[in-house]
Amino acid sequence: MMGRTIFIDPGRCIGCQACVSACRECDSHRGKSMIHLDYTEPGVSVASLPTVCMHCEDPVAPCAEVCPADAILVTADGVVQQADTTRCIGCANCVNACPFGVPKIDLQAKLQMKCNLCYDRTAYGLAPMCATVCPTGALFYGTLEELQAERPGVQVADSFAFGDVMVTTGVAMVVPADKVQWPVPGGLPVVEVNGVDVR
Amino acid sequence: MTATEPAGPVPLPLDPSIAPPGTRTFRDAGGIPADQWHADQNGETLVPTHCCFCGVQCGMYLRVDRAGKVFGVEPRNHDINRMRLCPKGINAYQQVNHPDRLTAPLMRRSRDEEFREASWDEALDFTVAEIRRIQGAHGNDAFGLLGGASLYSEKTYLVGKFARVALKTRHVDYNGRLCMVSAAGANKLAFGIDRAGNPFSDILLTDCLLIAGSNVGECFPVMTQYVWGARDRGASLIVVDPRETAVARTADIHVALRPGTDSAFFNAVLNVIIAEGLTDEPYLAAHTTGWDEVREAVQGYPPSRAAEICGVPEEQIVRVARTFGRAAKAMAFHARGVEHHSQGVENCLSIINLCVATGNLGKPGAGYGTITGQGNGQGGREHGQKADLLPGGRSILNEEHRRQISRIWGIEESDLPQAGTSMMEMVWQMQRREIRGLIGICNNPFVSLPNYRTVKEGYDTLEFHAQFDFFLSETAANAHVVFPVTVWAEDEGVMANTEARVVKHNKAQEPPAGVRTDTWVMCELARRLGAGDKFAFAGSREVFDELRLASAGTVNDYFGITYERLEETGGIAWPCPSLEHPGTPRLFEGGRTYHPDGKVHLQVVEWHAPVDPYTEEYPLSLTTGRTVAHFLSGNQTRRLGALVEQTPRPWVEVHPSHGYRNGDPVRVVTRRGSEVFPALVTEAIRPDTVFIPYHWPVPTAANALTIDALDPRSKIPEYKVCAARIEPADRVDEVPAPPTAPGHEAYPETQVSRADPLPPTSSQGRGTAERS
Ligand code: SF4
Ligand code: SF4
Repeated sequence: MMGRTIFIDPGRCIGCQACVSACRECDSHRGKSMIHLDYTEPGVSVASLPTVCMHCEDPVAPCAEVCPADAILVTADGVVQQADTTRCIGCANCVNACPFGVPKIDLQAKLQMKCNLCYDRTAYGLAPMCATVCPTGALFYGTLEELQAERPGVQVADSFAFGDVMVTTGVAMVVPADKVQWPVPGGLPVVEVNGVDVR
Repeated sequence: MTATEPAGPVPLPLDPSIAPPGTRTFRDAGGIPADQWHADQNGETLVPTHCCFCGVQCGMYLRVDRAGKVFGVEPRNHDINRMRLCPKGINAYQQVNHPDRLTAPLMRRSRDEEFREASWDEALDFTVAEIRRIQGAHGNDAFGLLGGASLYSEKTYLVGKFARVALKTRHVDYNGRLCMVSAAGANKLAFGIDRAGNPFSDILLTDCLLIAGSNVGECFPVMTQYVWGARDRGASLIVVDPRETAVARTADIHVALRPGTDSAFFNAVLNVIIAEGLTDEPYLAAHTTGWDEVREAVQGYPPSRAAEICGVPEEQIVRVARTFGRAAKAMAFHARGVEHHSQGVENCLSIINLCVATGNLGKPGAGYGTITGQGNGQGGREHGQKADLLPGGRSILNEEHRRQISRIWGIEESDLPQAGTSMMEMVWQMQRREIRGLIGICNNPFVSLPNYRTVKEGYDTLEFHAQFDFFLSETAANAHVVFPVTVWAEDEGVMANTEARVVKHNKAQEPPAGVRTDTWVMCELARRLGAGDKFAFAGSREVFDELRLASAGTVNDYFGITYERLEETGGIAWPCPSLEHPGTPRLFEGGRTYHPDGKVHLQVVEWHAPVDPYTEEYPLSLTTGRTVAHFLSGNQTRRLGALVEQTPRPWVEVHPSHGYRNGDPVRVVTRRGSEVFPALVTEAIRPDTVFIPYHWPVPTAANALTIDALDPRSKIPEYKVCAARIEPADRVDEVPAPPTAPGHEAYPETQVSRADPLPPTSSQGRGTAERS
């Protein structure tokens, strides 16, 4: 099922933010990084975790689904593209819809920006800039087979549970070997919207 | 590909058995060589070169636009880094055309005056007149020269020659003295050669990797891929560090010992290895001297005693001994954490003893290494800018070596000065007015030397002080003359990385008007001092050819290395004695060392307590180190927006048991002074230890607190441990803006978060999630 995509392995991440700096160098949003780097347990350890656009597959990427201007295109190979500048109205619906907190709005330009999996590079068969430079391989670009050939026994998951809502993604996450069948817990479930219990 | 494709290096052979994870995918993917696509797209040029910063020396391309200006970076599939880069490497290109660049000589006749821009002639004439005046009145040795280990090897060679031939002074040293000279001293004593024993790729073949006193994840990030690669193969990982660093976090054994107790710990590990019969006796009998004495001496370090000294459980020492001792192939790497001590040489020797006693030397996956801090920390001392060394690592005290170099330099041996003193000792001599004039080249002692007040006093006492730099460092801002020189991308030259692999840096753009190369400035000063015939170098290539000759026949042999060969091969490890020689990536194959008897000379190591005593008043250990976003004194990285934003300020790391909350202002007091930092409260540090990163100037300088005690042999300062206490304070100080030349406004991008009173989220920086 999985083609050439990004695999995230938090166990290898050293929190260096090379990915963040590299993302700023991307020609489609130069100067702005689309990567979140979380230090997950500050005060306890130096553990860290990068979040790139997960290129959600199922349901249709939430950002694209909610876009009133149909500006977010999903290509045949599953890449959720940055908003089309001729269509985007800068409403920020996508920002609110994304369960991973990826898209950003340039308020002045009234434009959305997000990771488009370095389409300019991947079209040439290159890895996205973040996965190219990541000094540890915490961000890896390739196929699952390539990943497993280089890291024997590695297991991945590509579904995330937000409460009862499941999101399947194009980007996958390395998980402990015994958790392979499980979805990755993707944050707290939504329990209330405008005072209404939606459980 | 179009005709605009740059002449890249010949593709490096990839050996799949040692290729780090992720490498092949880039190559196989598209058909276009993975690292040359921009040229095809935009008509820009990619100039192959290396990162200017740490000792890994990652390969990179600089993107050059049609106007010939560097404007970006592109990963490069070089053998060392296989396209990977850390945040410093990615942002390094922004230095090249940075608005803070110095573009005219700055000058003033006394420190009471403001700097003004001067012509090159005026600045050079003034400098030469001051050299003449000081040396005329007080002798040649009253003028000193301090070089830097971020310079290309050609320039470090020139620094040594300029001091001895043009200035005729014995007082020359360099800031690599603050880096890895303890390891150099230990390696020389044990093996007769001063470099790491194995290439990085050997790490991928080891079964047990011991990393001591090295925060690899933050200081040498790209080396982490080799560590993780070894883990993928099932190697066990032992990390010895008072802090739980990113690499320690995933180690099989993390030994969080108290700073300053390393040799007691390693002696105890060897004690257990002997007791459990894990030594390689045939190897020891055939290839070493001094083993009986070492075996005898470590009997004084049973695990129970070391456990008490180091503050770690006794069982942990036994576990380390068994894991390391039983591994089929084991390697040990160390860095400043064990070297920055008044017993730095001993610490390194105790690790060498461990590797040699278990027969882990000179084999794929088995050996030792010291990890270089500065880009050219290795090459920077090989060719004579260190007080006691002549080119080719020759000793300035050795009659034969003096004769050889005098011949090459065309001077009388009697005119060749004797050995000088080390960098810190030179500062003490400045205080005593024994050294009255100084030229500093690409170093920033106001941030990088310990015990800031002493350093400031020493420099303030100087009658004349000139600095070479491309940004106005804190030290240059205190000088009489500042010469604006090139950044790395504006000149060519070689550096030797941690593996002693010599790599070639290429020129990517012309320097701005008004800027000259360090080579030009040294040669021009020499000419005005009357030694022009000995400094008739047009550029780096000519200097390198003299360096090759000057090193021929020594252990540090560069003779077989040429610019052309470097470009063809992607790097050659010295010794390389002939043009046909492939270089020497791995030392001691077959067991022979570089001592005349070919043996390892094992040395007895006795632990002693750090110099600064603990008392009730000063009960804690203060230790210092780096953060991933900044490089050394920060003169370069504190000006690059992304890096400043990632780690805007220093902090003090304290254990929760002290009762502080995150961000509380905490005063750290030592016998040298006190400063206030925001607390980064974390369980990742020992309760009896506090940590401050050192890249900032006063009043946020770790080095206002550290001690200027030196290792008696290597003369490295004891940065990594001194006695301290902490107490609550009212507020933290704002980080000062980096100095700029008169008429230059502080660069707005670097002002972003200077006033931020809070520590970063983690030692690696501020999280990006909470900022967006
Ligand atoms: S570059 Fe890699 S190791 Fe560094 S923070 Fe990003 S994911 Fe982590
Ligand atoms: S600082 Fe070191 S690890 Fe980072 S890119 Fe430069 S050479 Fe590589």
